[in-house]
Amino acid sequence: MRRCRGNETLVSYHRPETLKDALDWLAGAGERARIAAGCTDLFPATERPSLPGPILDITAIPELREITRTAQGWRFGATATWTDLVRADLPPAFDGLKAAAREVGSIQIQNAGTLAGNLCNASPAADGVPGWLTLDAMVELAGAEGRRTLPLTAFLTGPRQTALAPGEIMTAITVPEASASGQGAFVKLGARSYLVISIAMAAVRLRVEAGQIAEAALSIGACSAVACRLPVAEARLLGQPVEAAVRLLADEVIAGDLSPISDVRGDAAYRLAAAPELLRRAVAKVIPLREVA
Amino acid sequence: MNRAPHILTLVVNGQPHAIPDCPPGRRLSEILRGDLGLTGTKSGCDAGDCGACTVLLDDAPVCACLTPAIRAEGARVETVEGLSAAGMSKLQTAFLRHGAAQCGICTPGMLVAAEALLRRVPQPTPAEVEDALSGVLCRCTGYAKIIAAVCDAGGGKAPLATGTVGAPIARLDGGPKVLGTEIFGADQVPEGALTTRAIRAPHPHAGFAFGDLAAWLAGHPSARHVFTAADLPGENRFGVIPAFADQPALAETTARFQGEAVAVVAGSAALADADLSDFPVEWTPLAPITDLDAARTGDRLHPERLGNALIAGLVTCGQVEQALAAAVHRVSGHLTTSHVEHAYIEPEAGAAWLEGETLVIQACTQAPHMDREETAKILGLPPNRVRIIPAAAGGGFGSKLDLSLQPLIGLVALKTGQPARMVYTRAESMASTTKRHPGTMSAEIGADAEGRLVGMRFEGDFDTGAYASWGPTVAVRVPVHASGPYKIPAYHARAEALHTHNPPAGAFRGFGVPQAAALQETLLDELAAASGLDPLEFRLKNALRDGDRTVCGQELYGVGIRACLDALRDPWAKALAAAEEANIGPGPRRRGVGIASCWYGCGNTALPNPSTIRIGVTPQGRVRLHQGAIDIGQGSNTVIAQIAAEALGLPVGCLDLVGPDTALTPDCGKTSASRQTVVTGNAALAAGRALRAQILRHANAGEGAELSLTGAVLRIEAPSGEVREIDLAALPRDPHGFVLCAEETWDPPTQALDAQGQGAPYAVYGYGAQIAELEVDTALGTTRVRRITAAHDLGRVINPVLAEGQIEGGIAQGLGMALMEEYVPGRTANLHDYLIPTIGDMPEIRSILLEVPDPIGPYGAKGLGEHVLIPTAPAILNAIRHATGARITRLPALPHRVLAALAEVDRAARKGETASR
Repeated sequence: MRRCRGNETLVSYHRPETLKDALDWLAGAGERARIAAGCTDLFPATERPSLPGPILDITAIPELREITRTAQGWRFGATATWTDLVRADLPPAFDGLKAAAREVGSIQIQNAGTLAGNLCNASPAADGVPGWLTLDAMVELAGAEGRRTLPLTAFLTGPRQTALAPGEIMTAITVPEASASGQGAFVKLGARSYLVISIAMAAVRLRVEAGQIAEAALSIGACSAVACRLPVAEARLLGQPVEAAVRLLADEVIAGDLSPISDVRGDAAYRLAAAPELLRRAVAKVIPLREVA
Repeated sequence: MNRAPHILTLVVNGQPHAIPDCPPGRRLSEILRGDLGLTGTKSGCDAGDCGACTVLLDDAPVCACLTPAIRAEGARVETVEGLSAAGMSKLQTAFLRHGAAQCGICTPGMLVAAEALLRRVPQPTPAEVEDALSGVLCRCTGYAKIIAAVCDAGGGKAPLATGTVGAPIARLDGGPKVLGTEIFGADQVPEGALTTRAIRAPHPHAGFAFGDLAAWLAGHPSARHVFTAADLPGENRFGVIPAFADQPALAETTARFQGEAVAVVAGSAALADADLSDFPVEWTPLAPITDLDAARTGDRLHPERLGNALIAGLVTCGQVEQALAAAVHRVSGHLTTSHVEHAYIEPEAGAAWLEGETLVIQACTQAPHMDREETAKILGLPPNRVRIIPAAAGGGFGSKLDLSLQPLIGLVALKTGQPARMVYTRAESMASTTKRHPGTMSAEIGADAEGRLVGMRFEGDFDTGAYASWGPTVAVRVPVHASGPYKIPAYHARAEALHTHNPPAGAFRGFGVPQAAALQETLLDELAAASGLDPLEFRLKNALRDGDRTVCGQELYGVGIRACLDALRDPWAKALAAAEEANIGPGPRRRGVGIASCWYGCGNTALPNPSTIRIGVTPQGRVRLHQGAIDIGQGSNTVIAQIAAEALGLPVGCLDLVGPDTALTPDCGKTSASRQTVVTGNAALAAGRALRAQILRHANAGEGAELSLTGAVLRIEAPSGEVREIDLAALPRDPHGFVLCAEETWDPPTQALDAQGQGAPYAVYGYGAQIAELEVDTALGTTRVRRITAAHDLGRVINPVLAEGQIEGGIAQGLGMALMEEYVPGRTANLHDYLIPTIGDMPEIRSILLEVPDPIGPYGAKGLGEHVLIPTAPAILNAIRHATGARITRLPALPHRVLAALAEVDRAARKGETASR
């Protein structure tokens, strides 16, 4: 048997079984240390046969993979995979997030990629983010000092930038009970069917009471530095009859919250034109299911 | 607990393995391939984009390249090798039966992903198969036969193993492809091979100077040797067309495109993990020329080429200015196309070693004899000291005609005396190998009052990048073909290839003709509309007939374009009616139907390109076919054997294939220009007939006799019933070890083009036409192709399953070129920024195979490989316009370009309204 080995990778891979062990190791690991979960972003970032640098692999910590109902709402362990999410028994408010999960890369990627990894990688085109935003998701971060929670909007600070402090690990994403209501939907736009990075995407969650929109959570991804909620459009829908929802979402109601860039996937003007249409289509998906509690 | 360095214990395909000193974060694909020798798992991108490395981890498909080895501990790992633990599985058999494997590089990933599905859903629907296989890319098949095979995996029928010309036999080289045992360039690791990596230019144009290489080596234990251009013993200049050879194997003082190699480092296996970013080379970035306008006025990349012009091609006949001036209907337009990446799933790979005085190179290639000549020249060796053993090619499509790593690993082996191996990374493959030429084209076409074409003018500038590669071929092929398969009495077409600091543009399925056809065939639709004629009828009215002369003045026979268009009449009418009905309702989705034709000359353009086939009978009673035509998935191993067997009069099953190998097989030229079925096929036909004639002479039998082989006895039965037997073991053997042997060469008869482009550039042409039915989402600019009906004239169908496979795969590439593929140098260096069609992007494809015999082709056969993608893009563009009125002037028709074109239609309509008020 031949052996072909790199040198530096031999001593720098840690895979603890408890969170405490992970945090202890991370505290002493230095700035180059990276946290590995699904590895669907870490491996593509290197051409080497092994992950370079000190690696903290958090996938052997059982508690981090659980999806549970709590007294406050829903808790998604950091290393739960997209496949775990798709298979979880969740209320209809999560249908948009589940739809996004099914469009992350491919089945192979969904089987490996994790919910927290998608957020920590902080791509403006991360498929999960718009759905989480409509669910008012919070992220739970653990560090040597203890745990803290942040709204996802505060966690994502820019393209590839987050509020994760050195020595911290994202342990969970939580959704408050109040936001787990209504019906969710998601629409992704790419230049091909599968395995595609979004040009733009829209996620919505609507709660309808007696034919009127009681709650509207709308989000667009890949059309700003960080995916965003659309406060103007949401306010426009509140209290309106559900039949009017699509009509009320005129381009100009939405565009003000977006600041797209041009890249190889599409130009900024196109994104500004496509995003409102995606949002209307996502809303239209929800409307036949109105009156969902 | 800290798991570093430890013994990794894996259970793969039920077998336990212990791997000592395993870095826990090593890619599982590396462990499987390198440590366990399970090379059936393929590495195509190391980024989860292609899925070739798909394995099962506790029944769930994952990309082995994205899985840290330690995650596989305690799990059940299953690879393609596990599928055949109890002999070839039903699924693998179904792949063979349906022709679902072409080059075979994606096949293991497809099989493993399908296996995961079949365990859950034993009888899946096509939609379920698409979902389950969506993470694996295929560049050859167009996916249709893969879907059919998975849906039919329960069927137990054996693949058809033998048959005559015309029989849908399973590919003769298919077994290893579906078993995962095929040896591709990366699968061959000679004992003690040095790992070789290239240092490449990070700028499109830069001067460079090396620092202290010896000191750097001393600081990097895994690196043992560095070689630069100064170490090359021969002439540091190669190129597929000797007169234009201009590309260095290693740049000398200036890099002319981003990704050009300037040095190679060779060392231990650990070199693969080393960080080479501190390699001592100082770059002086220089202003790059990145577009055609700048090329004409900028500094010359090659001093002898004025205005950075490599070459121009011209074809002219009649008085085109007068003809266009007198035309009743006239249309003009322009089209710009992008760099297109071949995106075969196998990045370039190979190994080199010395056998005595001979340098042996086993690497991916489409042109072994050209590789030998050029590598020998660069390394200062006589050609007979270089032997090229082509590894199975995991896709080629034109790019593997040019040298890539052959001189680099050859240099390392030659200088060190040790074997060397090299595997390009995906980024390296995409940056450094050739692309389809981007074209900037304009044309004007005129017709008379009856809708007969009277004249056409065409101008095309093509970005050939930093080096010549196949630029000259593109410049010559385009003006010859830009007329399309139509009779045009007055014609003037010019194409020019210009140098820039972009990657070299070379051969890519069609040599510029798909770009030109995308303009010419869309203009033809406009002209049909101007003439008040249906697009199909307009094409039929103008299609070439037997005895007509082409724009080169060549008189053609066996012309099949009318047969193709005739065959599409009924599908065309039905498609138009269906689209009309679908468009009655409101909504943003509009249906459209488009048609386009193609023609394409097979073989080199008015240059010799002979093939030689040797076929012999062994004393043991086997027939050996020395088949030197490289099968890059297109099927020559099977098609050439079928032709040879038919000519000889023995079943294909009696044949053993030898080669290709420059030491064992005579030269069958390169696998390009749709030439193998025609050119090598004719050589095989001649060789088969010559061997048969020898046998009949030996037995003193007449032509009608039937041959059969039983052991070492060759039996000849005359029509009269008289039987003679030859005891083969008793016959004397020739130097090749044969008792009976024939070797024949065939070179297509052509006539050189004169200064006006007049002559007979090809001996054989093939024809086709396709209908695209699609739906444009006018709110988002997205296009979904629903169906393509493809009628192709093959002259004679040698193997219908392989022919359909070519059509489906060519359409996939044509669809990609039309809708999504755009390589941007320096920006799309992977398969998630550069998009090729996935299994979900492919429409239903209906193939119609037509046989209008060619007077010259073997059994009347014509080439097909490139023809199939030429009509796809223009048919799609015509359908987009039919659906929406939008005229696309830049490929690919990405959603933002379609939406912009739709806005243009709206603006024009509003302007029209204002004007009419």
